[in-house]
Amino acid sequence: MKIRLGASAKMIDFLISPFIDYAFMRRAFIGSFVICFGAIPVGIFMTLRRMSLTGDAMAHAILPGAAIAYLISGLSLLGLAIGGVTAGLIVAALAGWVSRVSQLKEDTSFAAFYLISLALGVLIISMKEANVDLFHILFGNILALDNDTLWLLAIISSLSVFILAILYRPLIIECVDSMFLKSSGIASEAAHYGFLFLMVINLVAGFLALGTLMSIGMMVLPATAARFWVNSLDNLIIISIIVGISGCYIGLMLSFYFDMPSGPAIIVSVGAMCILSMLFGSNGGFLRSLLPLRHLKN
Amino acid sequence: MSIKIQNLTVSYNFHPAVHHLSATINQGQWLAIVGPNGAGKSTLLNVLAGIITEYEGSIKGINPNNVAYLPQQTKLDKDFPITVLELISTGLWQEIGFSGGLSDTQIERCMNALEAVGLDGFENRQINTLSGGQLQRSLFARVLMQDQQVILLDEPFNAIDTKTLTDLTLVIKEWQNKNRTIIMVTHDLEYVKDNCPTSMLLAKECIDLGSTKSVLTKENLDNAKKVSEAFDENSAWCIS
Repeated sequence: MKIRLGASAKMIDFLISPFIDYAFMRRAFIGSFVICFGAIPVGIFMTLRRMSLTGDAMAHAILPGAAIAYLISGLSLLGLAIGGVTAGLIVAALAGWVSRVSQLKEDTSFAAFYLISLALGVLIISMKEANVDLFHILFGNILALDNDTLWLLAIISSLSVFILAILYRPLIIECVDSMFLKSSGIASEAAHYGFLFLMVINLVAGFLALGTLMSIGMMVLPATAARFWVNSLDNLIIISIIVGISGCYIGLMLSFYFDMPSGPAIIVSVGAMCILSMLFGSNGGFLRSLLPLRHLKN
Repeated sequence: MSIKIQNLTVSYNFHPAVHHLSATINQGQWLAIVGPNGAGKSTLLNVLAGIITEYEGSIKGINPNNVAYLPQQTKLDKDFPITVLELISTGLWQEIGFSGGLSDTQIERCMNALEAVGLDGFENRQINTLSGGQLQRSLFARVLMQDQQVILLDEPFNAIDTKTLTDLTLVIKEWQNKNRTIIMVTHDLEYVKDNCPTSMLLAKECIDLGSTKSVLTKENLDNAKKVSEAFDENSAWCIS
């Protein structure tokens, strides 16, 4: 009995002591927790609107804004956030405008602008001598979150949840039946541009913690995993957030015990849950499709 | 209130999809818009629905606040996780706005609409579990929820069974009895001959408008086919 208690205590110690003993681990977990609540519901709509790759393009598009801010103010948090949001919104507006006034489809337009933005961003960052910071911008450092950053993440996530609550209904209608929404007037434009704004601010929040290249993963992977388990929007949001938070916890533990870079460790953990869901998911998972077909009486 | 279309032209890449169209559609009229493929039928309906906003000419007597619109089923994302009740309640969009919830009365109205289209008991079904006919019934229920003076239907009877067609025709006749204006795009000439009192034969321009019997003549239909197929890359600019 004594041995079993000892083992349990060790296990509990193993699971929670990094967060009790180290403030940077607590801040990292709170930061990722906050990002999950803001970014994941937006990520669900991204996947449902088949905009995952557009989101990826947007994640790269915020780089030149962050790079210019970095040249002006170094690794100033607020500067990076303002620069990132500005660049993201400019690219979103330009890509949307070009697709409306020319024959170019929106995805191609986004791809063109994001490639230009990415190249510009890397060029601008390279103008400074030490490129160690480039690694931070591209891959983030969630273990270095300070209190100011946490506040900024909390503000962005709260704003995101608030705006999404307002746009929730038109976004659903636009996903299911965009023609119907267009026939009802101005809400179509509000839903479209409001959603792009939500994507940009959440990508910037993710970029501050996980870096530009990883931020999109936190939006798309939990939603993709949850789709293999549930079939209603409410449940999709709940399960996605649970997957996201679990992935953050596991990723941080891997990072702590195996000395891995934290951002990629988190995304790999969420990605592993996504692959497991693809294999074992009860709602269209691979193994389910191998089972003999069954049917109900009615 | 009647709908007055004057000199309407809609073009894609400078080629007209609808060309100098003028027509008056009276209140309470059930009008079928027919014509060959590429005649501009859906384009015209999309202009009336406010989906296409770039056009020349003028349209009076119709706006987003007095229109109920039923799009083609192919435009729907049937994989979106939404129930039948949630789908048809989107018809109350203008009533409840961005963030309002559904009241008990509104939920009851949804249930009544489902019953009227023969879908009672389907309210909690996901739309991806519905057959084509059942989905079309639920879209008609959404039009019932919109409860507007002008009803626009884009190919409402594509790929549905005879029973559904008969039931939904009764729903349209009910709207007609309530003096609603019904404008319906279809390629099913037999259905139009059997049911629709008035028709517009469209081939980019209006070939004929009036009682279905006088419009759907062989001569008119042959003429419509010829006009619709005309597509000249070197055509001169239209200055009329």
